[in-house]
Amino acid sequence: MTSDAYLGKRAPASRPRATGARRALPLIAFIARHRVLSALVALAILPWLTPYQALAVNILIFGLYAMGFNLIFGYAGMLSFGHAALFGLGAYGCGIPIAKFGVPWFLAIPCGIAVAGVASVIIGWFAIRSRGIYFAMITLALSQVVYYSAYQWTSMTGGEDGLRGVTVPRISLFGLELNMLNPTVKYYVLFAMAAVAIWLFSRILASPFGATLEAIRENEKRALACGYDVARTRWLAFILSGLFSGFAGTLYAIHLSVVPIETLHYFNSATILMMTLLGGMGTFFGGFVGAFVYIMLQDVVTVITVHWQLVVGTLFVVLILFFPRGIWGSLLNWVKP
Amino acid sequence: MDRFDAKTPLKTPPTAALSRRGLLKGAAFGGAALIAAPAFLRSARAQSGPIKIGFPVPLSGPYSTEAQDQVRCAQIAIAQFNDKGGLNGRMAELLVRDDKLDPGEAATRALELIESDKVNFLCGSLSASVQLSVNQVAKQRGVIYNSISQSDSINQVSDFSKYTFHEALNPHMTAGAVARYAFPKFGKKVAFLIADYAYGHEMERGFKRAGKEFGIEDVVEIKHPLGQADFSTFFPRIQAARPNVLVVCNFGRDQLNLVKQATDYGLKQQMKIVFPVLLFSQRLAGGAGPFEGVIGGANYYWGLESEYASAKRLNDAYRAKHNNAVPSDYGALGFAGVYALLEGAKKAGGTDPDAVIAALETLKYDAYKGEQTYRKCDHQAVQSVLVVESKPQAEVKGPNDVFKIVATQPAGDQFLRSCQELGHS
Amino acid sequence: MTLDLLLLQAFTGVALGSIFVLVALGLSLIFGLLTIVNFAHSQFFMVGAYVGVAVMAYTGNFWLALVIVPLVVGAIGMVCERFLIRPLYGRGIDYPLLLTFGLGLILLELVRIIAGTEGFPFSAPAELTGAVDLGIFFFPKYRLFLIGVTALILLALWVFLEKTPYGLIIRAGARDQEIVQVLGVDVSRVWLVVFGIGTGLAALAGVLAAPIRGVFPEMGVPVLVEAFVVTVVGGMGSLLGAVIAGLLVGITVSMTSLFYPQMTTLSMFLLMAVVLVFRPRGLFGRAGVMD
Repeated sequence: MTSDAYLGKRAPASRPRATGARRALPLIAFIARHRVLSALVALAILPWLTPYQALAVNILIFGLYAMGFNLIFGYAGMLSFGHAALFGLGAYGCGIPIAKFGVPWFLAIPCGIAVAGVASVIIGWFAIRSRGIYFAMITLALSQVVYYSAYQWTSMTGGEDGLRGVTVPRISLFGLELNMLNPTVKYYVLFAMAAVAIWLFSRILASPFGATLEAIRENEKRALACGYDVARTRWLAFILSGLFSGFAGTLYAIHLSVVPIETLHYFNSATILMMTLLGGMGTFFGGFVGAFVYIMLQDVVTVITVHWQLVVGTLFVVLILFFPRGIWGSLLNWVKP
Repeated sequence: MDRFDAKTPLKTPPTAALSRRGLLKGAAFGGAALIAAPAFLRSARAQSGPIKIGFPVPLSGPYSTEAQDQVRCAQIAIAQFNDKGGLNGRMAELLVRDDKLDPGEAATRALELIESDKVNFLCGSLSASVQLSVNQVAKQRGVIYNSISQSDSINQVSDFSKYTFHEALNPHMTAGAVARYAFPKFGKKVAFLIADYAYGHEMERGFKRAGKEFGIEDVVEIKHPLGQADFSTFFPRIQAARPNVLVVCNFGRDQLNLVKQATDYGLKQQMKIVFPVLLFSQRLAGGAGPFEGVIGGANYYWGLESEYASAKRLNDAYRAKHNNAVPSDYGALGFAGVYALLEGAKKAGGTDPDAVIAALETLKYDAYKGEQTYRKCDHQAVQSVLVVESKPQAEVKGPNDVFKIVATQPAGDQFLRSCQELGHS
Repeated sequence: MTLDLLLLQAFTGVALGSIFVLVALGLSLIFGLLTIVNFAHSQFFMVGAYVGVAVMAYTGNFWLALVIVPLVVGAIGMVCERFLIRPLYGRGIDYPLLLTFGLGLILLELVRIIAGTEGFPFSAPAELTGAVDLGIFFFPKYRLFLIGVTALILLALWVFLEKTPYGLIIRAGARDQEIVQVLGVDVSRVWLVVFGIGTGLAALAGVLAAPIRGVFPEMGVPVLVEAFVVTVVGGMGSLLGAVIAGLLVGITVSMTSLFYPQMTTLSMFLLMAVVLVFRPRGLFGRAGVMD
């Protein structure tokens, strides 16, 4: 499953690579077959790979977010520039109940997901009738409406100062008292929650809905002729994508104990696009690989130079020119028999 | 084309930057760690070895000029402390991080500094949202944070904690000082143009409260979005209201764009333009022409050196290190913030948070502009506020000669909101 | 609220709108003819202002800057097209969009490295400073000058595209690349020139906007939004659409600042959302382009 399908008939035919690469095949095949298990194993050891745990949590959250974004961008082939609204609403939808009303975390998280879900139903309804760049622009415009609404509603959201006080210092689970101020504990608690979402995502891809989505991306007219409801499938994909993004947002609020207004800004939409592209659009692991590389790289480069954007920009250009399938996508293509 | 030299290479202490890059030692994911006592983090913070101060500031992005100056000045405070032998041989160390002017990034960096680098103190920030988010992270984990950018919220009980200190001016005292100078002098019909975020609103509130004493008349009030590139569409209403004074509560690039465009539209001939804070760096970027005659508040101007030995000491150290340039106002806050923390540690005889808090609450220190104290209830630095006017090109005598100090509001509790009002019992 | 005020507000909106048209032109042109969404547009705008600062520092002549800046930056744009954009033709709209996004970051950081982060003062020439009396109100000369310059650039562009043989080739190439190639025209050279003109226009807008907005590395940030809104509202690829949309956005912003000033930025996005909901291709967008 690589990105070339997304490019439609204009894409250069991918040529099978030979020999050496084949040796990696069994491993890749194993990973592809047990994708949920593989993802969970990789994420379980993640805190040992990052310089500090807070970064691992960010990778986990943005990986989840990128996974959700990939559903609409990679699998459905629609470039959304408004996912910041869905991620951010998830964060506010979870953070406000905790900070302002003292709601416990296990109710606040579903609340955040629900808010993001409602928003994706509405934004999706307006947006799916547009295509290509217009789809990108209308999602951008509507997400900016969300941004400014949150910005103005200072009493609830904290406005430009951001929402503070999303404190979840400890979580009691089956008689076990988990100290969320301990970074390692916090990582594995959030990891356990993310694991459920990853499993669910895999199930969705494997379902008839996932197949329909792919059929539409490959050839919309044919899918339409076959009797698929293209508009409804797209809408559903947008909503599902919004739910996953919103869930990532709720974890972000709990992780940082603040919700910055920047979570709703379109820069955030651009960031998640970059991560997804970096990892590989339309691939199961693309989102996590992209989040890992992007966040690690930025963290390391930022310490070395203030001109980290130069490195990110160059990486981007090189990637588009030479590895348009992204890191994971290129790897898959490389070992393809 | 006068610009001060900000290209002096930024010196992040290499040890700080690189030592933390080692892979995490396998922090055991065992039951014992899971059920850790609340004291888990504090016990890990070193009471011996170097005194580490985490310093998250926006090194990249639109305020990088100011942020890099904050780092330069903070380094001076560290060097002076170490040159005098530190604290019983414990040297200070600055761990600089780029917060990218983003509260999320800043919170992540604060977590890194606290959890991984085990810093003793945090100091820094250049925007209200970033300082509030760093404060949130720090206070939950019992780490003292000294904020060096403006905010009224951080004094209030909902954001404040005993670990929270605020070295910068707050909008209430800044706006009050400028208002008390400007309104009696230039007239009572006042127009407000306010950047639509906490900084703008808090400054506006400060101006209006001080304005009550003089019976000002609020003739028009316009809120503009943050990051406005073109202000021209707001001018017709302002001009139609015929105010004596135009109070513009915005910051940074917005400020620069506004004075340029207001000059074009001839607003300066009709009214006096007043800012709560007039930035040294923005004045250098905008040039003398657009800023001519504009009034604003400041925490510091290098010209204070004729009056205060401490200002001279800071300026001389800066000049010697940075090619004869002078510290900027926001830069100097970096010095004062770190200086105060280290003085507090000295007085407490160590870095135990509770001991340092107690020491800071009673500390009298002269960092860079005369004596300051931290008020006990909200840990706000009680300090003087300068009112400066931007000089016309004809009076400018050198690349750094940009302002004249037209008034000084002395340090005093009476210029702060009362502890009761802030919600402290 | 007097009639004078409304009139002045509307006129201010038109003047602002002409700046929007100016900053959107380069984007719209490249989009319409190459179907490339140039996300680096705003950084070419910014680079234009910086090159303007350099020209002013050496010659002190604003008018000379207006000539040199588009040539220099247009040449930079052509280099970018030749080595970065050209390999991506025919690979959909996402890839050029994302590549130019990265290119924009590179340009921004390079300027920060070369020219510092704090910005430069930049003033209009003396003959264009000050305000003129328009009967019922005073208006800055420089803004009137910008309205004129924008009209002039539009006219020149229209003549070039509609009345010259080059324009004919460009338009034909935009419609059917293969036929033009069969006729013996080197299409890639046409694309090169168009991209150069587009980036040159962005740069010219940058140096023209500098006396109003100042020169600093982030000066392009609001421009990207402005240019996109104008181009999308007008319909991607329509020059006439860009002009009408620019004025429409200018007046919308101006009237919003009279009645609900903190919503001025949002009003642009709202306008775009409303237009796209009712006309999914913008006001003058052609069917089949960019879908």
